[in-house]
Amino acid sequence: MTARERIAGNVAGYVDDRVGAARYLKKSLKKVFPDHWSFLLGEIALYSFIILLISGTFLTFWFDPSQREIIYDGEYAPLKGVEMSVAYASALDISFEVRGGLLMRQIHHWAALLFMVAIVVHLLRVYFTGAFRKPREFNWIIGIGLLTLGIVEGFLGYSLPDDLLSGTGIRIAEAIIQAIPVVGSYLSYFAFGGAFPGEAFIPRIYIVHVLILPGIFLALITVHLMLVWYQKHTQFPGPGRTEKNVVGYPLMPVYMAKAGGFFFIVFGVTAFLGAVASINPIWLYGPYTPGQVTAGSQPDWYMGWLDGLVRMAPPLESVIFGYTISWNILIPGLILPGIMFTLLALYPFIESWATGDKREHHLLDRPRNNPNRTAIGAMALTFTLVSLINGGNDLIAVTFDLSINQMMWFSRIGILVLPPIAFIVTKRLCLSLQRADRELVLHGRETGRLVRLPHGEFVEIHEPISPEKAWLLTSHEQLAPLELPEFDAAGVKRPQALKNKIRNRISRAATTAIPKATESERREIEHH
Amino acid sequence: MSNESKEIELINDPGLPAHQHRRTDVDERYARIAERQVAILFMLSVAGTLLLIYSYIFIDTDTFIFIPLFGDQNAHQLFLGLGMAMALFFIGAGAIHWAKQLMSDEEVIAQRHEFRSDEVDRTEFVKSVKEGAAVAGLGRRPLIKRTLGLALGLSGLTPILLLRDLGPLPGNEMKETNWKAGTRLVTDPGDRPIKASDLEVGAVAQTLPEIIGEDKHRKLSDIAKDAVLLIRLRPEDFNLDDERLSWTHEGIIAFSKICSHMGCAVALYEQQTKHLLCPCHQSTFDVTRAAKVIFGPAARPLPQLAISVDSEGYLVAQAPFNEPVGPSFWGRSA
Repeated sequence: MTARERIAGNVAGYVDDRVGAARYLKKSLKKVFPDHWSFLLGEIALYSFIILLISGTFLTFWFDPSQREIIYDGEYAPLKGVEMSVAYASALDISFEVRGGLLMRQIHHWAALLFMVAIVVHLLRVYFTGAFRKPREFNWIIGIGLLTLGIVEGFLGYSLPDDLLSGTGIRIAEAIIQAIPVVGSYLSYFAFGGAFPGEAFIPRIYIVHVLILPGIFLALITVHLMLVWYQKHTQFPGPGRTEKNVVGYPLMPVYMAKAGGFFFIVFGVTAFLGAVASINPIWLYGPYTPGQVTAGSQPDWYMGWLDGLVRMAPPLESVIFGYTISWNILIPGLILPGIMFTLLALYPFIESWATGDKREHHLLDRPRNNPNRTAIGAMALTFTLVSLINGGNDLIAVTFDLSINQMMWFSRIGILVLPPIAFIVTKRLCLSLQRADRELVLHGRETGRLVRLPHGEFVEIHEPISPEKAWLLTSHEQLAPLELPEFDAAGVKRPQALKNKIRNRISRAATTAIPKATESERREIEHH
Repeated sequence: MSNESKEIELINDPGLPAHQHRRTDVDERYARIAERQVAILFMLSVAGTLLLIYSYIFIDTDTFIFIPLFGDQNAHQLFLGLGMAMALFFIGAGAIHWAKQLMSDEEVIAQRHEFRSDEVDRTEFVKSVKEGAAVAGLGRRPLIKRTLGLALGLSGLTPILLLRDLGPLPGNEMKETNWKAGTRLVTDPGDRPIKASDLEVGAVAQTLPEIIGEDKHRKLSDIAKDAVLLIRLRPEDFNLDDERLSWTHEGIIAFSKICSHMGCAVALYEQQTKHLLCPCHQSTFDVTRAAKVIFGPAARPLPQLAISVDSEGYLVAQAPFNEPVGPSFWGRSA
């Protein structure tokens, strides 16, 4: 035993003497985590959150959220003598007078963008591989909660500096609040402490941004991770991997080194972006005033889809019994997002209802092996992407020399037409890929070697694939559709006949598949 | 599928493939090389921190250097960031290289257990829940249940009530602006009154109502309702009814600059087409037809301000706006 090992042993003993952690930790340190690059996506989100806490704390030492008006007299010459809020002035001071302040501001903003990217891509990974299935539905819902809060937190964050761009964003948020039927104007006056913009809003959202939401984040992330820990991570199918085991590397030391190292890599990359890539140059926008706006106003990307929906909404407003209802704001700004996030949160339950599958799943699906789910995902993604593209329609129109009206009409029609097309195409693609898998297992790999037979025929040599590959392509289970009875034993229609018929139809669609290759079929082909 | 017929035989799981040893596992020489590589990565991190310290102390905050592709960059901030990025990145790179080359890469198998507790525990758990509920007797004592529900429900009103003082009630404020009959239009910025002759045909001016009195300070919440855009066309370009035409003066027409959709400043005027465009959501208004919406999500034209000139020839409002400006709200038309 080296001296080092002895010290490590002593430390472990010291801790155990005091908190008796050995019984729990001995198992935890050997905890097995499966390895796959896509499992790092959630880690990126977690690490960006830590970077946000660190860089955000740094910024709070200098940022003053007050909306009191002052005359700027700082380092940045072009704005000298301009009337602005204390919030904007202190954001300028951080950028120009605090050493490393601009770097930290940019790291904070880049980390926020990365945080949201990581959350969304992580969500897509979880969705398309079916990792949300029983027993992980709670964690899925917590994840959707984190996504929603992330959007809000990001919006509040970039609203704080009170520059012209962020003020315009707040103005739009205020218009959405104001459009809420019956109570809208009251809510707006309460939120803003009077008429927009007032002097109360930024100090209020500041405390939400730096205390309330981060606190909720910390709590939810903790539960999210504890559940991952307790339920053990899912794994991709492969030789030796079953529903009953986890194949991977132990926490101590391999995973600790890898995960710890990865944190520093994410932080390093974010710092690099903060160093070289300018983001949100607030000094170019000037202070907020409601009478001005910059052309090409864009929200951050995770709000872009919402802005895109608002932009493409038809100009509908009705006055009913003398009261105004702004459908052009309510539908894209509140109703559609509400429906989208509710469906997203409920998806695990909807799928299990549709397939009748109530069992636990720890092996992930290859997306092609669940064509219906993959197609629904592609449909939802297409819907969101069309909205996101429309959120930047002015910039796209300028860059590619298109007319803004054409762009808008593309989105207005595309948002209705493209998602169903995406559904059909994706489902077909998945089934084709299943056919290709089946072909590969039964007939082997095409080698590209052509052989001429004695009677003149040319054939291509096929090479059998490895047993590991054959297992990978056939190990998934294929669910049979539900067959709920519509008639009872006497041939009389049951009371729930219609409901059962609908469920049977849905489950047939949800379980469509090309039968996978079997050993029996393989043998049969060999005989011929 | 498999239960349909005994004859169908599925492809077998070949089991976990045999472990392949790395070069570093079998040859101490390679392990040494890997060790040195890890050390080099950590030393690069040290170099990064040194660069950070150097830039913080010795590079002036107003030093700029030219970097191809990026243009002029602030050297202080750039090297501070690069040093920090290096310092952090290479700690990570070193740790991962260490884990991948030198720590065991043998996959381990752990067993999973079903989350459902065994029957005994489950029955006992359900039993204690039922017993607990029975002891509390909520089912048998509806009076307690109902009064508790009432108390909890009512106590929920407290926070709502206490938040009441977050802001005043809107009252009629949202429908009013500072424009009155006879209010002069003044330039923004500059606060100078405007004569018709100041505007050439095709010109645009941003204006606000003149403030009379000592305190010339404008609140942003006033600008948010008062901002008005003046546009001068040739009088024959208008396509207005007589009333609206009488609200213009020598081809000068005035609209609220606050978008009727979501309140952004409608700031883009296209001289050729005589269209006003809101840069936020691309609502497009036709100036010649009293800012009728011709494209985009806005549902209402921009409110038009009736203008004329006073005895000194300065532009003034004939009357206040005849409708609320800005985005819609519930009681807008009430």
